[in-house]
Amino acid sequence: MTADASRGAQAPPELVQLLTPEGERVEHPDYDIDLTPEEIRALYRDLVLVRRVDLEAVALQRQGELGIWASLLGQEAAQIGSGRALTDADMAFPTYREHGVAWCRGVDPVNLLGLFRGVNHGGWDPAEHNFHLYTIVIGSQTLHAVGYAMGIQRDGAVGENGAATIVYFGDGATSQGDVNESFIWASVFNAPVVFFCQNNQWAISEPLEKQSRIPLYRRASGFGFPGVRVDGNDVFACLAVTRKALTDARSGQGPVLIEAFTYRMGAHTTSDDPTRYRVQDELEAWKLKDPIERVRAYLFKNQLADQAFFDEVDAEADELGRDVRKRCLEMPDPEPLAIFDHVYTEPHRLMDEERAAFASYLSGFETEEGGR
Amino acid sequence: MTTLTLAKALNEGMRKAMEDDPKVLVMGEDVGKLGGVFRVTDGLQKDFGEERVIDTPLAESGIVGTAIGLALRGYRPVCEIQFDGFVFPAADQIITQLAKMPLRSLGALKLPVVVRIPCGGGIGAVEHHSESPEAYFTHTAGLRVVACSNPADAYAMIQQAIRCDDPVIFFEPKRRYWEKAEVDTAAAEEWFPLDRARVVRPGTDVTLLAYGPMVKTCLEAAAAAEEDGRSLEIVDLRSLNPLDTAAIAESVRRTGRCVVVHEAPVFGGFGAELAARITEECFYSLEAPVLRVGGPSTPYPPSRLEEHYLPDLDRVLDAVDRAFTF
Ligand SMILES: Cc1ncc(C[n+]2csc(CCOP(=O)(O)OP(=O)(O)O)c2C)c(N)n1
Ligand SMILES: [Mg+2]
Repeated sequence: MTADASRGAQAPPELVQLLTPEGERVEHPDYDIDLTPEEIRALYRDLVLVRRVDLEAVALQRQGELGIWASLLGQEAAQIGSGRALTDADMAFPTYREHGVAWCRGVDPVNLLGLFRGVNHGGWDPAEHNFHLYTIVIGSQTLHAVGYAMGIQRDGAVGENGAATIVYFGDGATSQGDVNESFIWASVFNAPVVFFCQNNQWAISEPLEKQSRIPLYRRASGFGFPGVRVDGNDVFACLAVTRKALTDARSGQGPVLIEAFTYRMGAHTTSDDPTRYRVQDELEAWKLKDPIERVRAYLFKNQLADQAFFDEVDAEADELGRDVRKRCLEMPDPEPLAIFDHVYTEPHRLMDEERAAFASYLSGFETEEGGR
Repeated sequence: MTTLTLAKALNEGMRKAMEDDPKVLVMGEDVGKLGGVFRVTDGLQKDFGEERVIDTPLAESGIVGTAIGLALRGYRPVCEIQFDGFVFPAADQIITQLAKMPLRSLGALKLPVVVRIPCGGGIGAVEHHSESPEAYFTHTAGLRVVACSNPADAYAMIQQAIRCDDPVIFFEPKRRYWEKAEVDTAAAEEWFPLDRARVVRPGTDVTLLAYGPMVKTCLEAAAAAEEDGRSLEIVDLRSLNPLDTAAIAESVRRTGRCVVVHEAPVFGGFGAELAARITEECFYSLEAPVLRVGGPSTPYPPSRLEEHYLPDLDRVLDAVDRAFTF
């Protein structure tokens, strides 16, 4: 009863790639990118810094400072490439793993830690950075992104100075009803939204075959909009493909699905044990496609950066890691009565009653202790 | 007798059910090789194969919807919802279809589907991983709703739920998954009925009604109260729908006082149904109003605040004290 894996499989899909794992620039007929050496160095710096923040967060979790962490290891290029394609006016809707996109949007990395440390449910104002809160319920945010895009449309924010939305989700998420509904909405309303699916090959322990028998990018055609598969470990290609999709969306051409073909190098989260379900060989093969190494090789080979530059970036990364750690440890626990804050926007009788009752209950302990 | 954790007891119970009846299937996200994120289905796919232990696509509506179809074809699916907060994409299938189809068929159809939901807080998790959504389901006619609190019950109740011809929403207290107790895996014929409440600690002064994770908290409170000379009777409800009103009323008539304890928010929570029923049934025996202990009527807070949110021994004893002030 196990389905025939060859059914539905066709010629290997075309993967948009502009930089090979060995650091060679290659051409693609539909996508190109013209980056100055400075821009390439900036991308390299982004990649290294977000990897460093991520490593620090994993370490903080191991030391009990975070309850859990969802690592982006291996997905840096997909996130930096797409994140740097956004303009200030564009709006991004993340899952829980988009630490690299958050970086591009200017969200302080320490603010990402709050949710994982358990001091808040999301520690930033989405409007400030045009970066929405993390969404843990798989797929929900895809509909929000489409609705937001419909708002952009109704505001008339089209064209060069217009805006688009980008929404992130995983390979597993493509099975959710919400995600499929969001495809339909986006298509029917021609909404300016880019669906950015990071296919990291795994949804916790389930490999892609449990979600789809065709390459994910090809789902788009059935919904009536273009889909493209990009090398998710190639920051140039991710930037080029996303930039084009956003430009198209902004100019009224409707949605695009981008499948960034990548790999989750770490565990699903720090609570997960991938040795139970996947083999080391797979990991080794993907190590050779590392998103950072290829940019480094390119910069080096083409003499666009010297050792001093790489050392500088490493030093900056270490400093950032130290800073993130320090400020994470300083993050105070919220006050108990904060439980009642922000549940409603307008005054609410029940919240007031319960807050007062809880305050009086807590003060009972204080007098007890004071009396001792 | 063997010593099992609650998670392992559920695992053994499902294993037994699968051995007894080839129509029993297990399905959900990551239930195969991984054995579920809590390892409750550990080893089942290895022993029963991928056709009976199914790693599903990531879609809860799909899990429950296809379980309904499988049940229509004569199977007995046991669905795992990975965490309480993720049952909602399946709410439509559960509420509009699973709960009502037997009735619509005038009894021609039965839907022996079990939906297992790890519930409650206390494990330091991020949002949507610590909720207690039982009241949504007790409010839906057509569903049986049960909650186990200890390994022995877990072992028996999961098998009873699977054998039941009605759909059963099966709550598992996730923070108690790793607690161990003796389980008599041989005593199949002596199972306590699935729809009955049980006095797990007899007492004379106050009745505490609890289910799932809060049973242990209440037992701890009773031990502490005993030192102060107060005798608390703990009733583990086990079944929320149907409710064993007779057993509850019998206890409350004896003690004259009742405190209801659950993790879910008090406002509109299951405790409201209990309080109302007890008031109706035991009005002349009550020395005090039925008091409720539960979470604040807010979303479950970030984990660093959960100790304040969750009812603990102090909050239970505080309510017990208040029950004596009327
Ligand atoms: C509605 C819902 N169901 C289940 C989960 C539990 N869960 C968290 S992450 C995950 C897998 C997600 O896989 P994918 O979409 O590929 O994203 P990735 O984690 O690989 O980035 C699951 C099942 C959830 N968060 N939300
Ligand atoms: Mg994935």
